[in-house]
Amino acid sequence: MGHLSYEDSKKRVRYGLYLLAIVTLVEVFISLFGKGHIIPGMHSISFVVYAAGFIIIVLSLYKAYFIIYEFMHMKYEVKSLAMSVLLPTTLLIWAIIAFLQEGGSWEARRAQIRDKHAIPAQQIQDAGHDEGHGMINPIEEDDVYVPELES
Amino acid sequence: MATTEPIIEQEEIQNQGDAWSGGKEPFKASYGKLMMWYFLLSDAFTFAGFLIAYGALRFSSPTWPVPDFVFQTHPFGDSHLPLIFVTIMSFLLIVSSVTMVRAVQEGHRENQKGVVFWMLMTIIGGAGFLSCQAWEWTNLIATEHMTVTTNPFGSHVTDGVYIDDEHGHPYASGEEAETFEAGDSYLIHKGVDEHTGESSWIQRRFSFTTEDGQEMIGQQQFGPKAFGALFFFITGFHGFHVFSGVVFLTIICVNVASGLYVKRKNGYEMVEKIGLYWHFVDLVWVFVFLVFYLL
Repeated sequence: MGHLSYEDSKKRVRYGLYLLAIVTLVEVFISLFGKGHIIPGMHSISFVVYAAGFIIIVLSLYKAYFIIYEFMHMKYEVKSLAMSVLLPTTLLIWAIIAFLQEGGSWEARRAQIRDKHAIPAQQIQDAGHDEGHGMINPIEEDDVYVPELES
Repeated sequence: MATTEPIIEQEEIQNQGDAWSGGKEPFKASYGKLMMWYFLLSDAFTFAGFLIAYGALRFSSPTWPVPDFVFQTHPFGDSHLPLIFVTIMSFLLIVSSVTMVRAVQEGHRENQKGVVFWMLMTIIGGAGFLSCQAWEWTNLIATEHMTVTTNPFGSHVTDGVYIDDEHGHPYASGEEAETFEAGDSYLIHKGVDEHTGESSWIQRRFSFTTEDGQEMIGQQQFGPKAFGALFFFITGFHGFHVFSGVVFLTIICVNVASGLYVKRKNGYEMVEKIGLYWHFVDLVWVFVFLVFYLL
């Protein structure tokens, strides 16, 4: 504070209100667009879904930046204070990458187990040359059908 | 001169028992403000942990309830408006954040009445947000029967058509057949059994065609269990932050009104500190809104 006159800082606050409100509206619009609510069928185009997700994330990060730097006055703090608060959060970048990767891996593993459960015992014996790995060879997709997901 | 200066400075620091009681403040920030920043940093990690857990569990599940289907109810009628109610909640929080900035500004001008007014506006905004959340939770628990361990929001994995339980064929008699696509979400309702009077889940049946052209009958399955737990814990934890914020805002507002901070002559620093916390609550909501509702 003290960098702007009282009137100017009041104006700045109003600008912040409009900015955050409009960015939020745009986010909701893009989210609904990506889910196919505005133009039907958009949610089945994976590029649209990913692009919408990417834009929403970028806009949210911009909102976070604005709240921290303007509303919380990080802009007016000394740089070392800002860095001591902001730099540790970069650890989260790896946490996000690692845990999402982990989540994807859990899904793949579950699907593998589910597929094996669906194999009738007879077929396991027929295809039972597990080559000493303790694993059953994957069988052709046509042999078995998994009707619905087990909860 | 240039070589002796740092040594003198160092001695000064060593002689200060408390670094904040000297003339200079570390980082040019008061102890209270700096510690508020570090508290918020640690809180940010807690929320990040929750939201990353949400992401990992969502990725680990073959299907996930579509948020714009789950969050499409609102208290203004029976029509379905995806995400609109939660957008209103976001606005409430944004507006209360803005009024908080105004309160801090008035504090710097030592304008007691202005601080009280804008803090009251902030409290109203926070209380409004909490009320909306209370409605959202009540609706999910009482009307849609979602609990920490039960998630009646499922998603279809195939295209298909719902069938009539009595006759076993699609609703073709005069009405249009009710079809769905893979990825569409549904809500399993609860109904009261005519004979026993007990309420039970109604898992509708549908017919679908397998990849090799076989016609099969399926039944609606419950969605991933983690969804309910994650929703209630994450939005609950955030709501608890908002609630604590409203409590502290109220206490500080009363203190401002009683003239306690006038004597301190530090530009209402206490208002600034609770302001930091309040903006942080808004900041977290940006990400809860992103992860839970938008993506």
